[in-house]
Amino acid sequence: MAKYLLLKHYRGAPAPVNDVSMDQWTPEEVAAHVRYMADFAARLEGTGEFVDSQGIAPEGAFVRYDGEGRPPVVDGPFAETKDLIAGWMVIDVESRERAYELAAELSAAPGAGGRPIHEWLEVRPFLTIHSTVFD
Amino acid sequence: MNESLLRELVPAVIGVLVRRGADFAAAEDAVQDALVEAVRAPQEVRDPKGWLITVAWRKFLDAARAETSRRDRELRAESEPEPGPAESADDTLRLYFLCAHPSLTPSSAVALTLRAVGGLTTRQIAQAYLVPESTMAQRISRAKRTVAGVRFTRPGDVATVLRVLYLVFNEGYSGDVDLAAEAIRLTRQLAAMTKDEEVAGLLALMLLHHARRPARTTPDGRLVPLAEQDRGRWDTRMIAEGVDILQAALARDRLGEFQAQAAIAALHADAPTAAETDWVQIVEWYDELVRLTGNPVARLNRAVAVGEADGARAGLAALAELDPGLPRHTAAAAYLHERAGDPATAARLYAEAARKAPSLPERDHLTRQAARLNARPRE
Repeated sequence: MAKYLLLKHYRGAPAPVNDVSMDQWTPEEVAAHVRYMADFAARLEGTGEFVDSQGIAPEGAFVRYDGEGRPPVVDGPFAETKDLIAGWMVIDVESRERAYELAAELSAAPGAGGRPIHEWLEVRPFLTIHSTVFD
Repeated sequence: MNESLLRELVPAVIGVLVRRGADFAAAEDAVQDALVEAVRAPQEVRDPKGWLITVAWRKFLDAARAETSRRDRELRAESEPEPGPAESADDTLRLYFLCAHPSLTPSSAVALTLRAVGGLTTRQIAQAYLVPESTMAQRISRAKRTVAGVRFTRPGDVATVLRVLYLVFNEGYSGDVDLAAEAIRLTRQLAAMTKDEEVAGLLALMLLHHARRPARTTPDGRLVPLAEQDRGRWDTRMIAEGVDILQAALARDRLGEFQAQAAIAALHADAPTAAETDWVQIVEWYDELVRLTGNPVARLNRAVAVGEADGARAGLAALAELDPGLPRHTAAAAYLHERAGDPATAARLYAEAARKAPSLPERDHLTRQAARLNARPRE
């Protein structure tokens, strides 16, 4: 088994096929989309493949250390930041092929007109914390 | 009551319930429920197995009655069981085969084995594999549904069981259960029930690897390469046991991949210093392993061993024949280039290998190797 992160972007991924901003959808289309996501997570729990799912706010800040005894430096948000993460799902699956299959299903979530969004999801393997022993 | 003692009783008690007419899935649930009750019980009982059987059977009947009234039909489990055949040593063996059934995915087989044979709770298994308990519970109940139609009486191919146990040994992560130790316990129990040479080979392999575990990482989690390990920290008693088990298996002259791997591990464990390692024999065992399995990872390790036995150039020549896309190919090339006296190429390859590493400890180790070479004085 291997864990994979399915990353959803507000910005930075290639444009989806059904590229209509969510605020332009009908309320029913939004509801259908949310239901699809919830059903998807529930189904993965049923197959024993679900680990975690979170959405994150688009607006945050950049923070860095500024030396001993000094408050952190806070900056941003920066409009020019290319990559903006919207949320993620973590899955624990048998193979990379299975991870891709599930990402494609998630990408088929309905959007404007009830048609699949065909959104690009970034799929990244976790580094394991345990290394296999070789002689 | 003593949890580890109770856990050892789990497969036998499941076997008793199945013999009394419970199906495997219901028996397994009932024994888990009884186990939870036993762990909570304040005082020791004289006969833990008898206690567990009684409580598990009561749990099974309660669940069966609830099911019966729900479906409004009779179940034969309503009555108390005939005394009948209480248990059989083969029950536990059959459970190993059932939980490793080829219709299960590897991860399902692992989870089911840890619960039904190992007696671990779903929570412990979930913690070990870093998934939510609800996900692990679903994985286990799906696995039980998958094997629901499998006849409990028929043994299968022991190789499937060994693959599952080896996965448990190698893929342990975290939590309060030491999965490597658990894999050894389960393999030891299996070895006591069968004469199969490969079961002995796997047990020997696990012992020979586990014996060296304390030297393999520093307290802060850094990997220590074999050549740099403090051999005084190896568990010599465990090594001796592994070697004995392996020799007895090899003497029966039915070689298999686990025996060959254990032989390689034994040759390492046997060397008083890294310099005294018998690399020529190790290459010969890798040849056997490649012949037995054709496994590309074995070919890669063989190339590294050739580098030690016949010099780094020979190792690089052996490596050049392999697919560069193999896992750890770049790391092996980096190592051999350094041994061949080309630190600049080695540093570049170590950095590249670090980017491709599948685990954090390996990535950090390879990064340190690159940093070490890059920090050398410029000529």
